[in-house]
Amino acid sequence: MISSTLTDRPSITTDTGAALTRGRRRGGEILFRTALQLCLLIVSTVLVALLAWVLTKGWNRLDARLWENMPSSLVSRLDTAGVQSALIGTLWIISLTAAICLPIGILSAIYLEEYADNNRWHNRMLELNIQNLAGVPSIIFGILGLGIVARVLGLGFSVITAAIVLSLLVLPVVIIATREALRAVPQSTRHASYALGATKWQTVSRQVLPAAVPGIATGAILALSRAIGEAAPLLVLGAVTFITFNPQGLDDKYTALPIQIYTFITRPQEEYSELAAAAIVLLLGIVLLMNSIAIFLRNRFEKRR
Amino acid sequence: MVASTKRADPAAGKSLRRGRRRPLDASVKVILVLAALVSIVTTVGIIIALGGPTVGFFRQVSIADFFTGTSWTPTFAQKAYGVLPLVAATLVATGIALLIAVPLGLGSAIYLAEYAAPRSRKVLKPIIEMLAGVPTVVYGFVALFALNPILQDFWPGEQKPAFQNLLVAGIAMGVMIVPTVASVSEDAMSAVPRGLREGAYALASSKMQVSTRVVVPAAISGIVAAVVLGISRAIGETMIVTMAGGLVSDSIKFNPIESAATMTAFIANISSGDIPVGSLEYDSVFAVGSLLFVMTFALNALSIRMVRRFREVYE
Amino acid sequence: MNRYLLSRRVLVGTAVAALALAGCSSNADSDTGAGEALSGDVSVDGSSTVAPLSEAAATLYKEDQARVNVSVGTSGTGGGFEKFCKGEIDISDASRPIKDEEKAACEAAGVTFVELVVANDALTVVANKENSFLDCLTTDQLKKIWEPNSKVKNWNEVDPSFPAQPIALFGPGTDSGTFDYFTDEINGEEGASRTDYTASENDNVLVQGISGSKNGLGYFGYTYYEENASKLKAVKIDSGSGCVEPSKDNVLNGTYKPLGRSLFIYVSSAGVTKPQVSDFVTFYLENIDDIVEAAAYIPLSDEQKTKLKSDFETLKSS
Repeated sequence: MISSTLTDRPSITTDTGAALTRGRRRGGEILFRTALQLCLLIVSTVLVALLAWVLTKGWNRLDARLWENMPSSLVSRLDTAGVQSALIGTLWIISLTAAICLPIGILSAIYLEEYADNNRWHNRMLELNIQNLAGVPSIIFGILGLGIVARVLGLGFSVITAAIVLSLLVLPVVIIATREALRAVPQSTRHASYALGATKWQTVSRQVLPAAVPGIATGAILALSRAIGEAAPLLVLGAVTFITFNPQGLDDKYTALPIQIYTFITRPQEEYSELAAAAIVLLLGIVLLMNSIAIFLRNRFEKRR
Repeated sequence: MVASTKRADPAAGKSLRRGRRRPLDASVKVILVLAALVSIVTTVGIIIALGGPTVGFFRQVSIADFFTGTSWTPTFAQKAYGVLPLVAATLVATGIALLIAVPLGLGSAIYLAEYAAPRSRKVLKPIIEMLAGVPTVVYGFVALFALNPILQDFWPGEQKPAFQNLLVAGIAMGVMIVPTVASVSEDAMSAVPRGLREGAYALASSKMQVSTRVVVPAAISGIVAAVVLGISRAIGETMIVTMAGGLVSDSIKFNPIESAATMTAFIANISSGDIPVGSLEYDSVFAVGSLLFVMTFALNALSIRMVRRFREVYE
Repeated sequence: MNRYLLSRRVLVGTAVAALALAGCSSNADSDTGAGEALSGDVSVDGSSTVAPLSEAAATLYKEDQARVNVSVGTSGTGGGFEKFCKGEIDISDASRPIKDEEKAACEAAGVTFVELVVANDALTVVANKENSFLDCLTTDQLKKIWEPNSKVKNWNEVDPSFPAQPIALFGPGTDSGTFDYFTDEINGEEGASRTDYTASENDNVLVQGISGSKNGLGYFGYTYYEENASKLKAVKIDSGSGCVEPSKDNVLNGTYKPLGRSLFIYVSSAGVTKPQVSDFVTFYLENIDDIVEAAAYIPLSDEQKTKLKSDFETLKSS
């Protein structure tokens, strides 16, 4: 979920309201404020509790076994099972997804922001289409992948199919974030460039884009971290398979961390849910790291303006 | 999600290029247009992928049966194709999710927009965004193994919640969509001009009065858009309801402590089981998918229009 | 240098390098030379009851031949046959024999195969551990509970001496061979079952459901019961000659009727022409005892083992 570039909002200081209510109906005021703070407290507590619980549940399995070993369904071998195939599969999928959706998304956004005349109906339709795609449930993309990419295009249930489907899923996110980043570059930059005789593409590629890179990077990272965590489209794409090997080619079968977690919970043994929790910690580690980088970039970017 | 500054003016580049042939520029534009067309291809692809089998489905099952039947058992020997149990379960789970997400999300948004000092905003906003970054499979896991046992232990009465039930799935979904509701509401509230607030303060209003009687009503279309977006996300959510909600769809159930399959849970479960291609059961997956697509499409379109409206009024 | 162009080039360069590396090391179909290191893919799919057996085989096999990629899917017995008869997979796991229409589909597609019995199973009817009144059920009582449109809601409708408590039913989903087998044997027709029970392929759901509900009743494969015997109670079945409990011995001597069954793998002739598939199946069959033990299934009787060897020889020579 992208947060919009919320920059300077009206900064009514808390004093204004407080001064004017001094002595009058403070009780209701305090109650209201406390209720609001409670909301935020609940939200923060839930996040912390969630992380803490997952960490404690998976604690026993959080060691090198997790990434060194392959999954095992032999109960006798459970204590040496790991999630290497899922981890490598996830890394493969993310690299491929990035390679596909970032160029397409950034180029689309450049077209819509810099080149497209908004008064033409087809450009407005393009915009509307992207905004709608952003809200389509992820499982529908899985169906798209099953029907067209896997069957009609014949790519089968392989890593490249997963990457294509996930790219299409997060494409609107990349486009919308890039557009905002481009929009935030002041007009004066463009005008100055034109005034010096540059062509449109020169202006875009050498002035506007470099200035927009932090915003684009933020959007890209958020999009990819969303793609990493998606399991629904992969379920439909037949990724629920016992795999003890890492993918080696684009058309290889694969598994991914979210899918492996989903598979683990179908077994009743306690060890499986511990393993699942450990895999979740791994997944969360990757995702939260990416989100933190994105937020950090956005904060630095905002400060510069 | 929607930008707040004005767009670059595309005409600017054109006038300066008049008379100068730049093949690089021309080919660049072609590449850019092709990139933009990928999104159109995606939508067309979705419609085709869903449409074909759906049409095949409705050749064998009447539309009336589909929309009014009260039992959904496409995989049993006695087949029934009434979609209402799935829709009912979806609505129950979504309703529970909203009961959690709207108060928490709106409360957080009001606090962040009106009350929080910039320094606390810097800490609080990322926390909410972190919640948005948690993969849904994690929410499903937590719901199933942490939340449900607690619910079962403390549930009053004889009938305890089932191992998978809509209540626990709904609660987890609610937490998941809090960031959606909070962030779009907060955008809407921040877009309300300072002037309105200051006018109210000048008339000796308290902060609470300003927040609740000036800002929220002024931002109401954005707030409603946030809720509608939340509804759309909850309806389309798959992993949480598949893991924690259940797969029972033989009758319409409104009791949240029972297992029931939502539309998305049905699609996910049957797809991972891979029923023979071309059979009626297979097509039923696509029919439900089409219904899901239409519902979320309508909700999203509504939400976009409302966001546009609040932008227009204030910018 | 322009920051944007630089970072973009790095991105593209990395992507190209990654794809090139991928292309270089992508799997060829097979390596020749039995006894040497093989490589290639073996695709297995089908029943989720038999899958743990194939997964055990794959895990043990990997220690022998690390470069062969064995993948085991769980599309269900029916889904597995569908893919098998299209030539999409090499081995199909099945918890029931192939149906006539599935055989016809295979013939139509030119897929020849052999049916191999790899283990036995006792389809176990399971209740909550705390259940004190239930010890044995006749097949008629089971039918009364599970048949289509069954109106049985409470335990005392099954047997007047049972308490007047509602029965909580759990069972596999309809894509499962276990479901097919149970409904065929108990209700007389495959797929014929009441629809208002908690159906799930996910045996964790079934185990948790039954163990969490005092009045729970369900059915699934023997291994899943055995692995959770501390939480569950196996119900004895009376098919006319007394109550028989599900156990390894009762299945091997044929007294656990009618819910004793065989578990199969189907191997295609096309698949066996690939060295890695042939080697994997040979490994599977030669080490069937270890595999069955590792996966905690009911092993084959001696005559079944002899038949197994000869069936596979027939396939290999064809």
